Amino acid sequence: MPAQVKKTISLVHAIEMIPDGASIMVGGFMGGGSPLRLIDELVRQGKSALTLICNDTARPGFATGKLIDAGLVARVITSHIGTNPETQRRMIEGSLVVDLVPQGTLAERIRAGGFGLGGILTPTGVGTVVAEGKQHIEVDGRMFLLETALRADFALINAKRADYQGNIEYALTARNFNPLMALAGRTAIAEAEEIVPVGAISPDAVVTPGVLVHHLVARTNA
Amino acid sequence: MNDKQIIAKRVAQELRDGDRVNLGIGLPTLVASFLPPTLKVHFHSENGIMGMSPLPGEGFEDRNLTDAGGRPVGAMPGACAFDSASSFGMIRGGHLDVTVLGGLEVDELGRLANWMIPGKMIPGMGGAMDLVTGARRVIVAMTHNSPGGPKIVGRCTLPITSIRRVDLIVTELAVIQPTEAGLVLLETLGGASVADVVAATGARLILPASLAVHHD
Repeated sequence: MPAQVKKTISLVHAIEMIPDGASIMVGGFMGGGSPLRLIDELVRQGKSALTLICNDTARPGFATGKLIDAGLVARVITSHIGTNPETQRRMIEGSLVVDLVPQGTLAERIRAGGFGLGGILTPTGVGTVVAEGKQHIEVDGRMFLLETALRADFALINAKRADYQGNIEYALTARNFNPLMALAGRTAIAEAEEIVPVGAISPDAVVTPGVLVHHLVARTNA
Repeated sequence: MNDKQIIAKRVAQELRDGDRVNLGIGLPTLVASFLPPTLKVHFHSENGIMGMSPLPGEGFEDRNLTDAGGRPVGAMPGACAFDSASSFGMIRGGHLDVTVLGGLEVDELGRLANWMIPGKMIPGMGGAMDLVTGARRVIVAMTHNSPGGPKIVGRCTLPITSIRRVDLIVTELAVIQPTEAGLVLLETLGGASVADVVAATGARLILPASLAVHHD
């Protein structure tokens, strides 16, 4: 095998690495750009007590919603649960802890985690319930909230295309949180709609560098 | 026209050629259908696109190209895609000219509440807090009242979305501008009289000497 080729991992083995109680970031926005095969395998293997970090919990029976339905998640850090009554039901019942974070703040906290920052200063949430208990910092006469960085044990991301080295290109609105999470997960696992030879993705078109992707899931499930 | 169409049509008149605009889910989405075809507006969607268009036709759906509600859309020539941090950088960084959002309450300070009803409905704020905080112009498009009573109130009873004063409120009865002095009634809509609007509003309205009355 040429040296520039990254060894793929089977879907089953990729998910077997994730222990119960792990924190996972899952890319996607209302399911668009979510790693649907990795999600299905999490459900099939029946993980438990996961901390899930994702933009939204989609809908029951779809994308991140499946993780909620299956009861795999103890805590979810997210910006929107309005399209998933099951998330709301479990939150009210007390079986699921939901931390609601403004979407731009969630994106920046994840970016900060992957970029080695302690957090970010944002005006979003000042004077609202979001600000409760948070440090306020004034810069040039304007008030900001200190929002701390987020990292996770694993990042599960979805790519439009990956090459044999794991370099990743995304498609349109399926990009969303994926490139941010790829860097914020201590282990990044990517599934791709297509896997192409090295060189098929121009260096300028690579969004997530292959050397930062730990595992590329094989196209077959074996 | 029904109430929502009256609101959407009036909001559409606020958009200018070249504006970068984010429309919230629901009523605000209707605004796009009332824009004159000659007006070029760049629609931003928080899931990471500038230059969103309606789906060009049945059979063009692509699960990698949706609006923020997950519905399939299309893209204009010149559209571009970006990640969520960049998308909210555009919002917070003042690169968005207008956002149009729905509302549950707006108060005399011009503060919007639109993301939760404690004990009843907790959908989460999604991108609303960033949009209200960062867009250059915030237009609230909402029905004047809820079944529970007035939505334009003295002080919000629901958790607010931002301390930022919104720029304009458009309902099926009125166009209202929040100012430092309070809520100024600019126009009435749908044939409503000034007295109708005042009676339907739970907040003090400032009535200018001359006021536009629109019958549609």
